[in-house]
Amino acid sequence: MTALLEIADYRLAFDTFDGTAQVLDGIDLTLEAGGTLGIVGETGCGKSVLARSLMALNPMPPARVVSGQIRFRGSDILGMSDREMRRLRGRAISMVFQDPASYLNPLLAIGTQMEDAIRGQDAAVGERQRPRAAARARAAELLAAVGLPEPARLLDSHPHQLSGGMRQRVLIAMALAGDPVLLVADEPTTALDVTVQAQVLALIARLVAERGLALMLITHDLGVVAAACARVAVMYAGTVVEEAATADLLSRPLHPYARGLIAAVPDLDHPERRPQGIAGSIPSLITPPRGCRFHPRCPVATERCRSEKPLRREILPGRSIACHHATP
Amino acid sequence: MSATAEETVAAPPRRRLRLALWLLSRSFSSMLGLFLVIAIVVLALIGPWIVPYPDHVAGAVSLANKLQPPSAAHWLGTDEVGNDILTRVIIGARISLLVGIGITFAAAAIGVPLGILAGLAGGRLREAIMRFTDLFLSVPGLVLAIALVAALGPGIVNAMIALILVWWPGYVRLAESKALSIREEPFIEAARVAGASRARILRRHVLPNSLSPLIVKMSMDIGQAILAVASLGFIGLGAKPPTPEWGAMISIARGYLPDWWWYAMAPGVFIYLAVLGFNLLGDGLRDILDPRSNRG
Amino acid sequence: MTQPLLRAEGLSKTYEGKRGLFRATRAVQAVAELDLALDHGAALGIVGESGCGKSTLARLLLRLIPLSAGRITFDEQDITALDEAAMRPLRRRMQLIHQNPSAALDPRLTAEDAVAEPLRIQGLATGRALRDRVAALLTEVGLPPAFLHRFPHELSGGQKQRVCIARALALEPDLLVLDEPTSALDVSVQAQILDVLDALRARRGLAYLFISHNLAVVRQVCERVAVMYLGRIVEEGTAAEVLGAPRHPYTRALLGSVPRLAAHGVAPAAPGEPPNPASPPPGCAFQPRCPIAVPACRESMPPLATLMDGHRLRCPRAMEVSP
Repeated sequence: MTALLEIADYRLAFDTFDGTAQVLDGIDLTLEAGGTLGIVGETGCGKSVLARSLMALNPMPPARVVSGQIRFRGSDILGMSDREMRRLRGRAISMVFQDPASYLNPLLAIGTQMEDAIRGQDAAVGERQRPRAAARARAAELLAAVGLPEPARLLDSHPHQLSGGMRQRVLIAMALAGDPVLLVADEPTTALDVTVQAQVLALIARLVAERGLALMLITHDLGVVAAACARVAVMYAGTVVEEAATADLLSRPLHPYARGLIAAVPDLDHPERRPQGIAGSIPSLITPPRGCRFHPRCPVATERCRSEKPLRREILPGRSIACHHATP
Repeated sequence: MSATAEETVAAPPRRRLRLALWLLSRSFSSMLGLFLVIAIVVLALIGPWIVPYPDHVAGAVSLANKLQPPSAAHWLGTDEVGNDILTRVIIGARISLLVGIGITFAAAAIGVPLGILAGLAGGRLREAIMRFTDLFLSVPGLVLAIALVAALGPGIVNAMIALILVWWPGYVRLAESKALSIREEPFIEAARVAGASRARILRRHVLPNSLSPLIVKMSMDIGQAILAVASLGFIGLGAKPPTPEWGAMISIARGYLPDWWWYAMAPGVFIYLAVLGFNLLGDGLRDILDPRSNRG
Repeated sequence: MTQPLLRAEGLSKTYEGKRGLFRATRAVQAVAELDLALDHGAALGIVGESGCGKSTLARLLLRLIPLSAGRITFDEQDITALDEAAMRPLRRRMQLIHQNPSAALDPRLTAEDAVAEPLRIQGLATGRALRDRVAALLTEVGLPPAFLHRFPHELSGGQKQRVCIARALALEPDLLVLDEPTSALDVSVQAQILDVLDALRARRGLAYLFISHNLAVVRQVCERVAVMYLGRIVEEGTAAEVLGAPRHPYTRALLGSVPRLAAHGVAPAAPGEPPNPASPPPGCAFQPRCPIAVPACRESMPPLATLMDGHRLRCPRAMEVSP
């Protein structure tokens, strides 16, 4: 059986004034049906660009696919027409974004927006649009599914009457409208307060378990990954440097960047452990370092790292590292 | 702790210039605008030295040559008293450009300080300035200008004065909204924390950061002002014939349509190209002048 | 006993409602009857969620916005009623670091100009001396001279925040108010900035008022922590006590909600969301979400009680449940 999502040697470049930025440099990732994968990395590592690639949301140009495939249920997304992509969006793959406020139209009632989304789904797959009343019933059902009280009353309210956490729940409900099999969540809790973040993460975990959804969760916060994902891929400067089971990676990171990233997180329960910064800053993607892209900041870099790009290899079962010096 | 990889950014000033040119060159319409504006400015500057019939500017009469179609001797034909139309529209560029620039700069000189004052001061002063501005904005500009010229008496200088008087409120509006938004920026708060006086905040932060949209508006307004002056000339309230002002020329040429179509067409096309050029350039400048868009 | 550097007593800020043609906005009490003290060279953390009033508090203490009631004392001087001109000489001694360094720098000024600005304003240095001073300040925060002539958009987030810190240091303040100074930064950069802040405090004896929603960061920087909910302090004490052994149910909920690297999954520790400050619930502001609330909690706002160890707590129930 093939995996639900297979990304193979995917390279994406952005043409800019200063030159061509190699934003994604050979991404290989696999996600099984019902699996949960966290993508973590810092600003500019390409994690959001990767997420948007799954929905064909990167503007082309300036973006340009250099090579590779993104196979969803065996067929390559990158070769799809706009029409085929529309059928996929929402119906098979759905997305939730960071800032819930900007994805809702402030002028329209929640109900109207949800009905439009639901009927839009019908149209995208070439079915007759269901009547408004049926769409509204479905919307109420979805709102109940994401744990919002009094769905009927909520449908008549406007976005500004909702709190940030409620808006994000509404957007998650809308993302579920087409019964997707894969949910891509790009920093879904970053704009939320910590008590609300915990609620939304718990909701996502429940939906994944109840509906057998596969989840790709993009975040800068290792704690969020720990809370919601069974597996995690750490990205740095457009490459995946380590991919492993979340618990393994967080307890014993093997790639030097993953180690640095985890050492930089201040630990609330162990304040005596000083967070350690990673010296230097992220490289230019237009003139990336030769060899391993992390070598200028790496404490264990050697001559080989400066000349030869390390390929990611499985050094333990279910655990792969892109580092010449990685040992199990 | 060094930032090795980030050292790749080129030295700012030259890069900024190249970037500006690159942004401009990426857009066909901006390039067209730039070309048209440069062409008109060049014509205005060297006009008197290149026109084929310099004595036709003031309106020499040679009725034998009147209303001739375009030919090798008269590329755009001649008018009803035998003047070379090409000569007159080229000199007309000088008048229109001067008038357009003059009106725009004078209007900005009145409107911008008032607007920034209103935006920064707030309270009663702001109310007073803005309501006074609204009063002007509530009357259609050209109608008010016509009334003003009628009161002042026709003529190009009076037309300019009238247009300046109806033009400044737009700048108050723009400068005020810009000042209001900049006032809320954290870097203004940072300056206050450093103990900066209001005057310093205004001079050092608010004014430079309001400049971009003002320059864009001014570029577009030069085109609009050229059109407005031509309109006043057309209805006989602006420049008086035989001054080779485009609007006044069309006003006379109108009587010779459609048989002597080239007469009206020459100044018409020039007005069109001038307005188009300044508008397109303004659009292009908007993209370039935003310092945050400099990422390319 | 020496006086604290900064003291606020009964500090309140109410944003007055407006009665418009179509709707009236209600008055919002952003900060209410707040007392706090910050010693010379100490670091006090202010934590809480959005809308709890922590950023308003920062601006009140710096006299950037007018206060509605209360008294502020800075270095034994009552600054409550000083006007802008009288504040100007004091501004040197209290500086602010913003959350978003990109917005806190004028996009048209280079790093050198940004740091030189306060020195020019206060007339502290000119010419060669000014340039040397600026270069020294930038070096102190870890920016080599290569960055002097960069514009903000040519700097990374961490580099911009370093410029902001250097600018704040230029006037040699006694107090730095930091409003979420690392929230806009990546964790690896955040750790660098925390190092810079620690080194500066040790070297210069600065006092920090450190506002953040990130409890772990506050735990690293501060000796004392105050937790705010809906404009009021609900708990205050040493960082080890408040964040290590929290007593107020809201503090507990906050700590319980932080996802930990060591544990899979996160259990929501409090239902609902912080209330709208324009329509606060009756009695204790937290009671609608509180796991230990009793009917009495709805009747009146509990007082902020000072316990024997100097710990302050606004919850009589917590004291009953676990004395």
